[in-house]
Amino acid sequence: MSGRFLPLLKRDLARLLLGGRGGGALLPILFFLCVAMLYPFAVGPDAPLLARTGGGVIWVAALLAAILPLDRLVEPDIDLGLFDQWALRGISEELVISVRVLAHWLSFGPPLMLAALPAAALLGLDGDSLLTVEIGLLAGTPGLAALGVTVAALTAGLRGGAALGGLLVIPMAVPVLIFGAGSLGTGGESGLALTAAASLVLLAIAPFAGGAAVRAARG
Amino acid sequence: MQGASIAIDDLACRRGDRLLFRGVSLRLAAGQALQITGSNGIGKSSLLRIVAGLAPAFAGTVASAGAIGLVDERPALDPALTLGGALAFWRQIDGGDDERHLARLGLDSLLDVPVRYLSTGQKKRAALARLLGQRAEIWLLDEPLNGLDSHAVALTEALAAEHCASGGIALIASHQPFALAGMQVLPLADFAA
Repeated sequence: MSGRFLPLLKRDLARLLLGGRGGGALLPILFFLCVAMLYPFAVGPDAPLLARTGGGVIWVAALLAAILPLDRLVEPDIDLGLFDQWALRGISEELVISVRVLAHWLSFGPPLMLAALPAAALLGLDGDSLLTVEIGLLAGTPGLAALGVTVAALTAGLRGGAALGGLLVIPMAVPVLIFGAGSLGTGGESGLALTAAASLVLLAIAPFAGGAAVRAARG
Repeated sequence: MQGASIAIDDLACRRGDRLLFRGVSLRLAAGQALQITGSNGIGKSSLLRIVAGLAPAFAGTVASAGAIGLVDERPALDPALTLGGALAFWRQIDGGDDERHLARLGLDSLLDVPVRYLSTGQKKRAALARLLGQRAEIWLLDEPLNGLDSHAVALTEALAAEHCASGGIALIASHQPFALAGMQVLPLADFAA
Protein backbone atom coordinates (compact mmCIF):
# COMPACT_ATOMS: atom_id res chain seq x y z
CA MET A 1 0.00 0.00 0.00
CA SER A 2 2.63 2.54 1.08
CA GLY A 3 4.70 1.60 -1.97
CA ARG A 4 1.93 3.03 -4.12
CA PHE A 5 0.87 5.85 -1.83
CA LEU A 6 4.15 7.77 -2.16
CA PRO A 7 4.45 7.79 -5.98
CA LEU A 8 0.80 8.89 -6.20
CA LEU A 9 1.32 11.69 -3.66
CA LYS A 10 4.52 12.80 -5.37
CA ARG A 11 2.79 12.97 -8.75
CA ASP A 12 -0.23 14.84 -7.35
CA LEU A 13 1.96 17.36 -5.55
CA ALA A 14 4.06 17.94 -8.67
CA ARG A 15 0.88 18.67 -10.60
CA LEU A 16 -1.07 20.67 -8.01
CA LEU A 17 1.59 22.42 -5.94
CA LEU A 18 4.25 23.13 -8.55
CA GLY A 19 1.72 23.00 -11.33
CA GLY A 20 3.68 23.20 -14.55
CA ARG A 21 1.27 24.57 -17.12
CA GLY A 22 -1.68 24.77 -14.75
CA GLY A 23 -0.01 27.44 -12.63
CA GLY A 24 0.05 25.26 -9.52
CA ALA A 25 -0.62 26.79 -6.14
CA LEU A 26 0.52 30.28 -7.14
CA LEU A 27 -2.57 31.42 -9.06
CA PRO A 28 -5.13 30.70 -6.31
CA ILE A 29 -2.90 32.47 -3.77
CA LEU A 30 -2.48 35.55 -5.96
CA PHE A 31 -6.23 35.52 -6.55
CA PHE A 32 -6.79 35.36 -2.77
CA LEU A 33 -4.46 38.32 -2.18
CA CYS A 34 -6.13 40.31 -4.98
CA VAL A 35 -9.54 39.88 -3.32
CA ALA A 36 -8.10 40.96 0.03
CA MET A 37 -6.52 43.97 -1.68
CA LEU A 38 -9.64 45.00 -3.60
CA TYR A 39 -11.99 44.85 -0.62
CA PRO A 40 -10.67 48.00 1.14
CA PHE A 41 -10.94 49.88 -2.16
CA ALA A 42 -14.56 48.79 -2.50
CA VAL A 43 -15.80 49.64 1.02
CA GLY A 44 -13.53 52.63 1.66
CA PRO A 45 -10.79 53.29 4.22
CA ASP A 46 -12.96 52.87 7.30
CA ALA A 47 -10.57 51.04 9.66
CA PRO A 48 -13.12 49.80 12.26
CA LEU A 49 -15.42 48.50 9.51
CA LEU A 50 -12.52 46.73 7.76
CA ALA A 51 -11.31 45.18 10.99
CA ARG A 52 -14.84 43.99 11.82
CA THR A 53 -15.55 42.44 8.40
CA GLY A 54 -12.00 41.52 7.33
CA GLY A 55 -12.07 38.01 8.79
CA GLY A 56 -15.19 37.18 6.79
CA VAL A 57 -13.58 38.52 3.63
CA ILE A 58 -10.58 36.26 4.17
CA TRP A 59 -12.92 33.28 4.52
CA VAL A 60 -14.86 34.08 1.34
CA ALA A 61 -11.62 34.68 -0.57
CA ALA A 62 -10.25 31.35 0.73
CA LEU A 63 -13.36 29.53 -0.46
CA LEU A 64 -13.12 31.11 -3.93
CA ALA A 65 -9.40 30.33 -4.16
CA ALA A 66 -10.12 26.67 -3.32
CA ILE A 67 -12.54 26.46 -6.26
CA LEU A 68 -10.06 27.69 -8.89
CA PRO A 69 -8.16 24.41 -9.54
CA LEU A 70 -11.36 22.31 -9.51
CA ASP A 71 -11.30 21.29 -13.19
CA ARG A 72 -7.71 20.02 -12.93
CA LEU A 73 -8.35 17.77 -9.93
CA VAL A 74 -9.93 14.61 -11.40
CA GLU A 75 -11.09 14.96 -14.99
CA PRO A 76 -7.69 14.99 -16.77
CA ASP A 77 -6.73 11.68 -15.14
CA ILE A 78 -9.97 10.04 -16.29
CA ASP A 79 -9.44 11.35 -19.84
CA LEU A 80 -5.86 10.04 -19.89
CA GLY A 81 -6.97 6.56 -18.82
CA LEU A 82 -4.94 6.74 -15.61
CA PHE A 83 -7.82 5.66 -13.38
CA ASP A 84 -8.32 2.57 -15.60
CA GLN A 85 -4.64 1.67 -15.35
CA TRP A 86 -4.70 2.12 -11.56
CA ALA A 87 -7.80 -0.07 -11.29
CA LEU A 88 -6.05 -2.84 -13.27
CA ARG A 89 -3.22 -2.73 -10.74
CA GLY A 90 -5.60 -3.04 -7.82
CA ILE A 91 -5.18 0.60 -6.76
CA SER A 92 -8.66 1.58 -5.64
CA GLU A 93 -10.32 4.83 -6.66
CA GLU A 94 -10.78 5.51 -2.94
CA LEU A 95 -7.01 5.48 -2.34
CA VAL A 96 -6.36 7.76 -5.32
CA ILE A 97 -9.06 10.20 -4.18
CA SER A 98 -7.72 10.20 -0.59
CA VAL A 99 -4.23 11.00 -1.85
CA ARG A 100 -5.65 13.72 -4.08
CA VAL A 101 -7.49 15.35 -1.15
CA LEU A 102 -4.23 15.43 0.79
CA ALA A 103 -2.30 16.86 -2.18
CA HIS A 104 -5.01 19.42 -2.95
CA TRP A 105 -5.03 20.57 0.67
CA LEU A 106 -1.22 20.81 0.80
CA SER A 107 -1.29 22.88 -2.39
CA PHE A 108 -3.74 25.51 -1.12
CA GLY A 109 -4.25 25.16 2.67
CA PRO A 110 -0.83 26.04 4.09
CA PRO A 111 -0.05 28.60 1.33
CA LEU A 112 -3.40 30.26 2.07
CA MET A 113 -2.60 30.41 5.79
CA LEU A 114 0.66 32.15 4.90
CA ALA A 115 -1.08 34.54 2.52
CA ALA A 116 -3.60 35.34 5.27
CA LEU A 117 -0.80 37.21 7.11
CA PRO A 118 -0.39 39.99 4.50
CA ALA A 119 -4.15 39.90 3.88
CA ALA A 120 -4.81 40.51 7.58
CA ALA A 121 -2.43 43.48 7.48
CA LEU A 122 -4.23 44.91 4.45
CA LEU A 123 -7.57 44.60 6.22
CA GLY A 124 -6.27 45.90 9.55
CA LEU A 125 -7.09 42.79 11.58
CA ASP A 126 -5.73 42.72 15.14
CA GLY A 127 -3.59 39.87 16.49
CA ASP A 128 -6.41 37.98 18.23
CA SER A 129 -8.62 37.99 15.15
CA LEU A 130 -5.70 36.89 12.98
CA LEU A 131 -5.00 33.97 15.31
CA THR A 132 -8.66 32.92 15.19
CA VAL A 133 -8.67 33.19 11.38
CA GLU A 134 -5.51 31.07 11.12
CA ILE A 135 -6.81 28.35 13.44
CA GLY A 136 -10.13 28.44 11.61
CA LEU A 137 -8.38 28.05 8.24
CA LEU A 138 -6.34 25.16 9.62
CA ALA A 139 -9.55 23.44 10.72
CA GLY A 140 -11.66 24.37 7.71
CA THR A 141 -9.44 24.11 4.63
CA PRO A 142 -9.07 20.28 4.80
CA GLY A 143 -12.85 20.09 4.53
CA LEU A 144 -12.84 22.50 1.59
CA ALA A 145 -10.17 20.35 -0.10
CA ALA A 146 -12.24 17.17 0.44
CA LEU A 147 -15.33 18.92 -0.88
CA GLY A 148 -13.46 20.23 -3.92
CA VAL A 149 -12.11 16.79 -4.89
CA THR A 150 -15.50 15.13 -4.33
CA VAL A 151 -17.31 17.66 -6.51
CA ALA A 152 -14.54 17.50 -9.14
CA ALA A 153 -15.04 13.72 -9.32
CA LEU A 154 -18.83 14.10 -9.50
CA THR A 155 -18.70 16.64 -12.33
CA ALA A 156 -15.88 14.99 -14.31
CA GLY A 157 -16.98 14.34 -17.86
CA LEU A 158 -20.05 16.57 -17.67
CA ARG A 159 -20.35 19.39 -20.15
CA GLY A 160 -19.54 22.64 -18.37
CA GLY A 161 -18.26 20.59 -15.45
CA ALA A 162 -15.92 23.30 -14.18
CA ALA A 163 -18.62 25.95 -13.85
CA LEU A 164 -21.07 23.43 -12.43
CA GLY A 165 -18.43 22.28 -9.94
CA GLY A 166 -17.95 25.78 -8.58
CA LEU A 167 -21.68 26.19 -8.29
CA LEU A 168 -21.99 22.92 -6.35
CA VAL A 169 -19.10 23.58 -3.97
CA ILE A 170 -20.38 26.93 -2.72
CA PRO A 171 -23.64 25.78 -1.08
CA MET A 172 -21.98 22.69 0.40
CA ALA A 173 -19.19 24.82 1.85
CA VAL A 174 -21.72 26.93 3.77
CA PRO A 175 -21.36 25.03 7.10
CA VAL A 176 -17.55 25.41 7.08
CA LEU A 177 -17.91 29.08 6.15
CA ILE A 178 -20.59 29.87 8.76
CA PHE A 179 -18.71 28.25 11.65
CA GLY A 180 -15.29 29.43 10.45
CA ALA A 181 -16.27 33.06 9.96
CA GLY A 182 -18.63 32.84 12.94
CA SER A 183 -15.76 31.95 15.25
CA LEU A 184 -14.53 35.53 14.76
CA GLY A 185 -17.69 36.99 16.26
CA THR A 186 -19.79 35.40 18.95
CA GLY A 187 -18.89 31.78 18.18
CA GLY A 188 -15.37 31.72 19.50
CA GLU A 189 -13.96 28.33 20.40
CA SER A 190 -17.18 26.45 19.77
CA GLY A 191 -17.23 27.96 16.28
CA LEU A 192 -13.76 26.55 15.63
CA ALA A 193 -14.80 23.16 17.00
CA LEU A 194 -17.82 23.09 14.70
CA THR A 195 -15.64 24.12 11.72
CA ALA A 196 -13.37 21.18 12.46
CA ALA A 197 -16.39 18.88 12.84
CA ALA A 198 -17.85 19.94 9.47
CA SER A 199 -14.39 19.51 7.98
CA LEU A 200 -14.03 15.99 9.37
CA VAL A 201 -17.41 14.91 8.01
CA LEU A 202 -16.41 16.12 4.53
CA LEU A 203 -13.03 14.35 4.83
CA ALA A 204 -14.72 11.09 5.85
CA ILE A 205 -17.18 11.17 2.94
CA ALA A 206 -14.79 12.32 0.19
CA PRO A 207 -12.91 9.07 -0.66
CA PHE A 208 -16.09 7.00 -0.93
CA ALA A 209 -18.23 9.56 -2.75
CA GLY A 210 -15.36 10.52 -5.05
CA GLY A 211 -14.37 6.91 -5.72
CA ALA A 212 -17.94 5.94 -6.54
CA ALA A 213 -18.24 8.97 -8.84
CA VAL A 214 -15.09 7.99 -10.77
CA ARG A 215 -16.38 4.44 -11.20
CA ALA A 216 -19.77 5.71 -12.35
CA ALA A 217 -18.12 8.02 -14.89
CA ARG A 218 -16.38 4.99 -16.40
CA GLY A 219 -19.75 3.57 -17.53
CA MET B 1 3.82 -16.66 -15.69
CA GLN B 2 2.25 -20.12 -15.43
CA GLY B 3 -1.40 -20.50 -14.55
CA ALA B 4 -2.78 -17.52 -16.41
CA SER B 5 -6.22 -18.13 -17.87
CA ILE B 6 -9.33 -16.43 -19.17
CA ALA B 7 -12.76 -18.06 -19.17
CA ILE B 8 -15.69 -16.24 -20.75
CA ASP B 9 -19.17 -17.81 -20.71
CA ASP B 10 -22.20 -16.65 -22.66
CA LEU B 11 -21.13 -13.01 -22.47
CA ALA B 12 -23.41 -10.23 -23.69
CA CYS B 13 -22.64 -6.53 -23.85
CA ARG B 14 -25.01 -3.59 -23.97
CA ARG B 15 -24.05 0.00 -24.74
CA GLY B 16 -26.85 2.44 -24.06
CA ASP B 17 -30.00 0.62 -25.16
CA ARG B 18 -28.26 -1.34 -27.94
CA LEU B 19 -27.19 -4.95 -27.49
CA LEU B 20 -23.79 -5.21 -29.20
CA PHE B 21 -23.11 -8.94 -28.98
CA ARG B 22 -24.32 -11.97 -27.03
CA GLY B 23 -23.42 -15.60 -26.49
CA VAL B 24 -19.64 -15.12 -26.59
CA SER B 25 -17.85 -17.99 -24.87
CA LEU B 26 -14.15 -18.70 -25.01
CA ARG B 27 -11.30 -20.26 -23.06
CA LEU B 28 -7.69 -19.12 -23.15
CA ALA B 29 -4.93 -20.93 -21.30
CA ALA B 30 -1.33 -19.88 -20.67
CA GLY B 31 0.57 -19.27 -23.88
CA GLN B 32 -2.49 -18.76 -26.08
CA ALA B 33 -3.46 -15.75 -28.13
CA LEU B 34 -6.76 -14.67 -29.62
CA GLN B 35 -7.61 -11.87 -32.02
CA ILE B 36 -11.10 -10.41 -31.93
CA THR B 37 -11.98 -9.05 -35.37
CA GLY B 38 -14.89 -7.07 -36.67
CA SER B 39 -15.88 -3.72 -38.07
CA ASN B 40 -15.92 -0.49 -36.08
CA GLY B 41 -18.48 -0.27 -33.32
CA ILE B 42 -19.15 -3.99 -33.12
CA GLY B 43 -17.96 -4.16 -29.51
CA LYS B 44 -14.31 -5.24 -29.64
CA SER B 45 -13.15 -2.59 -27.20
CA SER B 46 -16.16 -3.17 -24.96
CA LEU B 47 -15.30 -6.88 -24.79
CA LEU B 48 -11.75 -6.05 -23.70
CA ARG B 49 -13.01 -3.60 -21.07
CA ILE B 50 -15.39 -6.23 -19.68
CA VAL B 51 -12.53 -8.75 -19.47
CA ALA B 52 -10.45 -6.08 -17.71
CA GLY B 53 -13.25 -5.53 -15.20
CA LEU B 54 -13.59 -1.89 -16.22
CA ALA B 55 -17.09 -2.27 -17.65
CA PRO B 56 -20.02 -4.39 -16.48
CA ALA B 57 -21.19 -7.38 -18.48
CA PHE B 58 -24.86 -7.26 -19.49
CA ALA B 59 -25.08 -11.05 -19.15
CA GLY B 60 -22.67 -13.93 -18.75
CA THR B 61 -19.51 -14.31 -16.71
CA VAL B 62 -15.83 -13.55 -17.09
CA ALA B 63 -13.19 -15.20 -14.94
CA SER B 64 -9.48 -14.62 -15.27
CA ALA B 65 -6.36 -15.62 -13.39
CA GLY B 66 -3.26 -13.46 -13.57
CA ALA B 67 -2.52 -9.75 -13.60
CA ILE B 68 -4.08 -7.81 -16.48
CA GLY B 69 -2.29 -5.19 -18.58
CA LEU B 70 -4.23 -2.99 -20.98
CA VAL B 71 -3.09 -0.86 -23.91
CA ASP B 72 -5.84 1.20 -25.53
CA GLU B 73 -6.01 4.48 -27.40
CA ARG B 74 -5.04 6.42 -24.25
CA PRO B 75 -1.38 6.02 -23.33
CA ALA B 76 -1.99 7.00 -19.64
CA LEU B 77 1.16 9.12 -19.60
CA ASP B 78 1.17 12.69 -18.25
CA PRO B 79 1.31 15.00 -21.29
CA ALA B 80 3.22 17.69 -19.38
CA LEU B 81 6.02 15.35 -18.22
CA THR B 82 8.92 14.14 -20.31
CA LEU B 83 8.59 10.59 -21.58
CA GLY B 84 11.26 9.49 -19.10
CA GLY B 85 9.41 11.12 -16.21
CA ALA B 86 6.04 9.71 -17.23
CA LEU B 87 7.45 6.18 -17.55
CA ALA B 88 9.33 6.59 -14.26
CA PHE B 89 5.97 7.13 -12.50
CA TRP B 90 4.73 3.75 -13.71
CA ARG B 91 8.06 2.15 -12.83
CA GLN B 92 7.56 3.33 -9.23
CA ILE B 93 4.01 1.94 -9.20
CA ASP B 94 4.88 -1.38 -10.85
CA GLY B 95 8.24 -1.76 -9.13
CA GLY B 96 9.71 -3.04 -12.38
CA ASP B 97 12.73 -2.17 -14.43
CA ASP B 98 11.81 -1.56 -18.05
CA GLU B 99 15.03 0.19 -19.10
CA ARG B 100 16.09 -2.64 -21.39
CA HIS B 101 12.86 -2.41 -23.39
CA LEU B 102 13.34 1.26 -24.22
CA ALA B 103 16.13 0.82 -26.75
CA ARG B 104 14.27 -2.00 -28.44
CA LEU B 105 11.13 0.13 -28.74
CA GLY B 106 13.22 3.02 -30.12
CA LEU B 107 12.33 5.25 -27.17
CA ASP B 108 15.75 5.75 -25.59
CA SER B 109 16.40 8.91 -27.62
CA LEU B 110 12.99 10.39 -26.75
CA LEU B 111 13.21 10.25 -22.95
CA ASP B 112 13.62 14.02 -22.51
CA VAL B 113 10.82 14.92 -24.93
CA PRO B 114 7.51 15.98 -23.31
CA VAL B 115 4.80 13.40 -23.92
CA ARG B 116 2.51 15.98 -25.57
CA TYR B 117 5.06 16.42 -28.40
CA LEU B 118 5.19 12.69 -29.20
CA SER B 119 3.49 11.37 -32.33
CA THR B 120 0.66 8.83 -32.24
CA GLY B 121 3.02 5.97 -33.01
CA GLN B 122 5.58 7.09 -30.45
CA LYS B 123 2.88 7.28 -27.75
CA LYS B 124 1.75 3.79 -28.73
CA ARG B 125 5.30 2.49 -28.33
CA ALA B 126 5.55 4.29 -24.98
CA ALA B 127 2.35 2.53 -23.89
CA LEU B 128 3.96 -0.78 -24.87
CA ALA B 129 6.97 0.11 -22.70
CA ARG B 130 4.56 0.75 -19.81
CA LEU B 131 2.90 -2.62 -20.48
CA LEU B 132 6.23 -4.47 -20.54
CA GLY B 133 7.24 -2.82 -17.26
CA GLN B 134 4.01 -4.01 -15.66
CA ARG B 135 4.95 -7.67 -16.29
CA ALA B 136 1.28 -8.72 -16.40
CA GLU B 137 0.36 -12.25 -17.44
CA ILE B 138 -2.64 -11.19 -19.52
CA TRP B 139 -2.23 -8.60 -22.26
CA LEU B 140 -5.32 -6.84 -23.55
CA LEU B 141 -4.34 -4.93 -26.68
CA ASP B 142 -6.99 -2.63 -28.17
CA GLU B 143 -6.05 -1.71 -31.76
CA PRO B 144 -2.33 -2.05 -30.93
CA LEU B 145 -1.22 -1.37 -34.50
CA ASN B 146 -2.98 1.97 -34.99
CA GLY B 147 -0.52 4.66 -35.99
CA LEU B 148 2.51 2.35 -36.06
CA ASP B 149 4.93 2.14 -38.98
CA SER B 150 5.79 -1.23 -40.53
CA HIS B 151 8.89 -1.64 -38.36
CA ALA B 152 6.93 -0.99 -35.16
CA VAL B 153 4.15 -3.32 -36.35
CA ALA B 154 6.65 -6.16 -36.70
CA LEU B 155 8.12 -5.28 -33.30
CA THR B 156 4.68 -5.35 -31.62
CA GLU B 157 3.94 -8.72 -33.20
CA ALA B 158 7.29 -10.03 -32.00
CA LEU B 159 6.67 -8.76 -28.45
CA ALA B 160 3.27 -10.47 -28.38
CA ALA B 161 4.83 -13.70 -29.65
CA GLU B 162 7.52 -13.59 -26.94
CA HIS B 163 4.90 -12.84 -24.31
CA CYS B 164 2.85 -15.91 -25.31
CA ALA B 165 5.99 -18.08 -25.59
CA SER B 166 6.81 -17.27 -21.97
CA GLY B 167 3.38 -18.38 -20.80
CA GLY B 168 1.38 -15.17 -21.13
CA ILE B 169 -2.00 -14.64 -22.74
CA ALA B 170 -2.66 -12.05 -25.44
CA LEU B 171 -6.18 -10.90 -26.28
CA ILE B 172 -6.02 -8.57 -29.24
CA ALA B 173 -8.88 -6.47 -30.58
CA SER B 174 -8.05 -5.20 -34.03
CA HIS B 175 -9.60 -4.85 -37.47
CA GLN B 176 -6.09 -5.02 -38.96
CA PRO B 177 -4.23 -8.27 -39.64
CA PHE B 178 -1.99 -9.20 -36.70
CA ALA B 179 0.63 -11.82 -37.50
CA LEU B 180 1.11 -14.20 -34.61
CA ALA B 181 1.80 -17.92 -34.97
CA GLY B 182 -0.89 -20.14 -33.47
CA MET B 183 -3.26 -17.27 -32.79
CA GLN B 184 -6.98 -18.03 -32.84
CA VAL B 185 -9.42 -15.60 -34.44
CA LEU B 186 -12.86 -14.70 -33.13
CA PRO B 187 -15.01 -12.78 -35.64
CA LEU B 188 -17.29 -10.82 -33.33
CA ALA B 189 -19.81 -10.32 -36.14
CA ASP B 190 -20.89 -13.96 -35.62
CA PHE B 191 -22.23 -12.98 -32.21
CA ALA B 192 -23.85 -9.68 -33.15
CA ALA B 193 -27.22 -9.34 -31.51
